[in-house]
Amino acid sequence: MGQESSPLFAGSTGTLRLIGYLALAMVLMVLDHRNGWMWRIRYGAAVAVEPLYRLAGLPVEGMRTLSVAFADRQRLTVQNQRLREDLLLANAKLNRMAAVAQQNEHLKELLDTQRSLELNVQLARVVGVDLGAYRHRLLLNVGAHDGVKPGQPVIDARGVMGQVIQTLPTTSVVMLITDPNNALPVTVERTGLRTIAYGSRDGDRLVLPTIPMAADVKEGDRLLTSGLGGRFPPGFPVGEVTRVAPATTGMFLEAQAQPTAEINRSEDVLLLHDQAEPAGPPPPVTPAGPPSDLAPAGAGQPAAVPAPKGKP
Amino acid sequence: MNRQRLGLWWFIGTLVFALLSMLVPLPDVLEPFKPYWPALVLLYWSLESGDRVTLGLAFTMGLAADLLDGVLLGEQALRLTALVFIALRFRSRLRFFPMWQQTLAVLALLVNDRILLTIVRVFAGDALPPASWWISPFVGAALWPFVFLLLDDLRMRLRLQ
Repeated sequence: MGQESSPLFAGSTGTLRLIGYLALAMVLMVLDHRNGWMWRIRYGAAVAVEPLYRLAGLPVEGMRTLSVAFADRQRLTVQNQRLREDLLLANAKLNRMAAVAQQNEHLKELLDTQRSLELNVQLARVVGVDLGAYRHRLLLNVGAHDGVKPGQPVIDARGVMGQVIQTLPTTSVVMLITDPNNALPVTVERTGLRTIAYGSRDGDRLVLPTIPMAADVKEGDRLLTSGLGGRFPPGFPVGEVTRVAPATTGMFLEAQAQPTAEINRSEDVLLLHDQAEPAGPPPPVTPAGPPSDLAPAGAGQPAAVPAPKGKP
Repeated sequence: MNRQRLGLWWFIGTLVFALLSMLVPLPDVLEPFKPYWPALVLLYWSLESGDRVTLGLAFTMGLAADLLDGVLLGEQALRLTALVFIALRFRSRLRFFPMWQQTLAVLALLVNDRILLTIVRVFAGDALPPASWWISPFVGAALWPFVFLLLDDLRMRLRLQ
C-alpha cells in the first residue's frame, strides 16, 4: 500500500487489473483444454492467421531455394545420380512386386476381403513454421479445402511421420510420431510381436515401454504399423530398435527406436487418403429382440430381467 | 500529428515483427536457443514508452501469439501480462539501471516467464521439458542490450517518440 505512493513504484498498473487478466487467462486455458477452443477460433481467424504462416515460412523457403541455387554442380550431380539409382532399384522392386501383388489380389478375391494394396495419396509440402510445441508439430500447405481431414496418416518415402490433428482452410497441422502425446500400435517385423510406440520426452526417438519380459526383441529389429486402432494402415515402416533394457518398474522390457522417416528433414510428405479399416473388435451388436413398444408394461424393469438368465 | 501516427505504426510494426520472428523456426541444432521475441520487444516498449503499454495490450498480444503458435489459448496471454506487470511496476528503476544491471533484471524476468510456462504445461498434462528448455532465457538476456540499442537507435533516427 505504501509502495503505491512512492515515486519509485509509480506506474499505471493496478494489482486488481493484473488479477483480473490472470484470472481471465486461466479461464481461457481451462476452457481451451477442455473444449479445444483455440482451434475453432483459429479456424475462424484463418483469413488473418494463414497469410502470417506463409509469411513466417518465407525465410525457410528462401533458404531452401538458396541452397539449391548455390549448391555446386558436383553435389547436384551426385544427388541426381543417387536419385536415379534409387529410382532404378525401386522400379526393379516394383516390377518384382507386381506379380506378387497380382497373386495377392487374386487370393484376396478368393477370400472375399476388400483390403487392397493400392495407395491413394496426396502430396503436401512442409511450411517452415515453429508451432511452439518443441518441434513435435508440422504445418502442411494443404488444408480442409483440399480434402484433408483430421486423422489422416502422413508418411514420407521412408516411413510413417505422424497424423493430421487439425485442419485450417488451406493448411493443416500434423502431430509427429515422436510427440510424447502420440501412441502408435506397432508390430515387430521379425517376430510379429504387437506393442505400442510412444513419442519420447526429448523428442527425436520412440519409446516402447511395455514389452513383455520374455519377448524376443533385439537391436536392429524393424517396427511396422500393426493397423490396430484403425488410424494407420498396416505394414508401413515406423522405426528401428536401437536399445532394449529392462524398464525401471522391472515388469517390462523397454525399447527405444529411431524413426525411419526423416522426421525433421522432410520437405515433401504424402497424405494417405483411404483410412485403414479398423481391425479391432467389432462394434457391440445392438441386442435384437421385439420392438420396445410391443413389450408389456414393466418388462424393461431390472426385476424382470434375471429370470431367463437363471436357466442353466 | 503525422509523426505521431507514424510512431504508432512503428510501435505496432515492431510488435507484429516480434510475433513473426517467433514463428520463424531455427535450424534443428539452434532450436533451444531461440529467444522469446515478443517478451523482449514488449519489455523494450514498456520501459521506453510506459503509457502505451498496458496490461490490456500485453494480454491482447499474448492472445494473438497464442492463436499463431500456441499449445493452449491464454498461455502466452498469462505470461506476457505477468511480465509486463512486473516491468511496469519497476519501470522507473529499471530505466535508470546501467545496462549490465538491466540485463540481469531481464534475465530474471525471462526465467520467471519460463517457470510460468513450465507450470502451465505441466498442469495441462505435458511431460517435464528437457534441460535445454532453460537455455532460451539466457540467450534472450544476452541479446537484450543489442535489441535495446537497436530499437532505441532506430527510434532516434526516425525521430519517433
